[in-house]
Amino acid sequence: MHPRTKFLLGGAVVLGAAGVLMTGAIKDTGVYFLMPAELQAKVAADPTLVGTGVKVGARVVPGTVNRDPSGRQVSFEMTDGAATYPVVYRGIIPDTFSDSVEVVVEGRLDSSGTFQATTLLAKCASRYEEAPEGYEAMRKAYEGGAAAPHDLPAPAPSGDTPR
Amino acid sequence: MILVGELSLWIALLMGLWAITTSFAGGALQRQDLIRSGERGLYAAAGFVGLASLGLWSALLSSDFSLRYVASYTSANLPVVYKISAFWGGQSGSMLFWCLILAIYGAAATFTNRKSSRALMPWVTGTNAAVLLFFVAATAIATNPFERLDWVPPDGRGLNPQLQNPAMAIHPPMLYLGYVATSIPFAFAIAALVTRRLDAEWLGAVRKWSLISWVFLTLGIVLGMWWAYVELGWGGYWMWDPVENASLLPWLTGTAFLHSIMIQEKRGMLRKWNVVLVVSTFLLSILGTFITRSGVIQSVHSFAQSNIGMWFAVFLVAALVVTAWLVTLRLKDLEAKAELEAMISREAAFLYNNLVLVGIAFSVLWGTLFPILSEWVRGSKITVGESFFNTVNVPLGLLLLLLTGIGPLIAWRRASVANIQRQFAVPAFIGIVAAGALMALGVRGFYPLMAWGLSAFVAGTIAQEFQKGIGARMRMHGENIVLAFINLVSRNRRRYGGYIVHAGIGLLFAAFAGMAFKQEHDVTLADGESFTTRDPFGAEWTFTSEGISNFKALNRDVVAIALRPSRNGESMPVLTSEKRQHFDSRNNPTFQPSTEVGILTMGRQDVYLVLAGTIGDRAEIRINFTPLVAWVWIGGILMAVGGLVVMWPQAERARQGGYVTELKPQHAEAANV
Repeated sequence: MHPRTKFLLGGAVVLGAAGVLMTGAIKDTGVYFLMPAELQAKVAADPTLVGTGVKVGARVVPGTVNRDPSGRQVSFEMTDGAATYPVVYRGIIPDTFSDSVEVVVEGRLDSSGTFQATTLLAKCASRYEEAPEGYEAMRKAYEGGAAAPHDLPAPAPSGDTPR
Repeated sequence: MILVGELSLWIALLMGLWAITTSFAGGALQRQDLIRSGERGLYAAAGFVGLASLGLWSALLSSDFSLRYVASYTSANLPVVYKISAFWGGQSGSMLFWCLILAIYGAAATFTNRKSSRALMPWVTGTNAAVLLFFVAATAIATNPFERLDWVPPDGRGLNPQLQNPAMAIHPPMLYLGYVATSIPFAFAIAALVTRRLDAEWLGAVRKWSLISWVFLTLGIVLGMWWAYVELGWGGYWMWDPVENASLLPWLTGTAFLHSIMIQEKRGMLRKWNVVLVVSTFLLSILGTFITRSGVIQSVHSFAQSNIGMWFAVFLVAALVVTAWLVTLRLKDLEAKAELEAMISREAAFLYNNLVLVGIAFSVLWGTLFPILSEWVRGSKITVGESFFNTVNVPLGLLLLLLTGIGPLIAWRRASVANIQRQFAVPAFIGIVAAGALMALGVRGFYPLMAWGLSAFVAGTIAQEFQKGIGARMRMHGENIVLAFINLVSRNRRRYGGYIVHAGIGLLFAAFAGMAFKQEHDVTLADGESFTTRDPFGAEWTFTSEGISNFKALNRDVVAIALRPSRNGESMPVLTSEKRQHFDSRNNPTFQPSTEVGILTMGRQDVYLVLAGTIGDRAEIRINFTPLVAWVWIGGILMAVGGLVVMWPQAERARQGGYVTELKPQHAEAANV
């Protein structure tokens, strides 16, 4: 056999194996990434989804955060404006988590409709970027002597955030 | 200075436009005056981008809060070093920073190659100017760092405390220096395609710039890992986040290119493939930027969504279409000059190395884009996690590690049985013995054993090469061992620099495998209480709480826990971890709290302490044992050092063309007479 053919065959084997690994891994580890409203719709259409692992991207409803002082448990409500779910998370709470951030939680919905999260990722709006109306908020804060800008409620998420 | 800065940005835009027009016209019409004018245009554009950058820096340093950018990312009490680094702390500043590097690189590429590659240069200069023009336009129009506020706040919001870390002051510039350098090889590829000069000429300059890019990307990625490890408090350094993946992708294709380019140099093969790799590396660095800044993929550390994503999408498509069209036009000119002769040869080993690197890049890209792809195809967004990337990439990575040992030692064209025996008998023996010894010591787990066995194999090949080379010099030139080592490396920089890089790769893989034995303990301790456990190496550790302290520091409130560890009864340095809440000058809390982890670094493992929270006098802590972490940093540094050795210009002209090609007797080869 020509070496070039041999190489192509070998290459096909390597890439084929990688492909098989990839499809297998996606099947085993891929989870739905949903917004609360999408989760609601999915569960309504297929109640067996309760108990299945999903990822949800949402915004924390200000004022609903209930932190355990241990730093190991937190409950809050998450929303995308259309649907709202209570969330319970156990584990180390990331520093970036606060009252009005966007979060990504991974876990499952229990039968009572509470989202039991095993992973909590918080995306801090001010980490790289100010909130869109950050200045108006800051101005008000300074002029009115009120709370610091980042304590002000964040904007209601638009339909397509977080993606 | 702000006015000067903003004006300079717009003038740079015009200069870029001028440089494109005159360079391309000069190249097409063969008019030297136009070509020179284009070059000067690019220099001028670089100068004005530099002036714009100085403008922003002066605003940052003088805390001119009338600029939105300055007010967003700095505060009056921010240390100067972070005022400087705030330049790349946010969207628009980092865009300007990108422009600055691009402009300097473009001007440097024109200046250093304008005589040696005359025929290519107008096209190189024009392409560089075009890329620069895009970035300057995107910066000035979509995200202008000089945007004024209609009201001047008394103080800025300050820089996020997690970015107030020395690594964050240097990690982004390193990555940017790496990312941006991919555009110069791209410009050379375009020039070579346009002029049909697709032989060795363009490869010389491309190789140099690819190396620059590779070294900076390597440093940037490793520094990013280090920052994540010391600052984010989860005890790891890589989580396959889209933004991390974005930096890995061009590194992978760039690495593939630096290998396959040797095959083109030696054998005239892989000519199409090399063009594809150069272009892909550039496009992947743009794609990475797009992923980071557009918000199309949910990432923990994306920049905020903005219309800048659209700019990148359009640019990406345009660059893809132009290069695809150019490559199609030149397919005939890109025919290979030689063919693969045998499966057991250096060519084949390098081909497999390329296949594996590109395979890894593809799987990483696939996993990263999967949420978008699945949404397009099936209407529902599906994400994959760390386990996807590990499942796919651990086996591929081990294959790559094996090839790291084989590639540099196997003969070109066709390896004989004698060649293979001579080169690989000892290293293979070392690898098997190492894996066997670890197994005998009670180490279990297929992947870690493979990783360590293969790392030992790679180390064996490299040690053998150095031993042969040094021995030959000592015999032939009567040099002592140190001198022989120095001469050996400095006279064969490409070859031995490459070995140093490979040694770094071996170390990295060995260190990665250590994470398989990571331990996590969640513990609650009151003052005086202690916790006892065994580390992955079997030693007994006791951690005694010295209590929680609350205190005020310069601009923050701090809660700290101190732990006194002892190992097998022997007392170790005290570990502390802090939760910090920063305040602004009006005593308002800024940002979220941040955690300072406590790390005890030792050769074989780190002890890693995180304060999660406190209830009264009880501290909730996490104690991790993370084996071999220090070797990740050492391996990364070794890789960068090796890259620098390869890159360092060789003084004498009579340098050998890189890797030795023919099977000369070993002594003559190593002595390089």
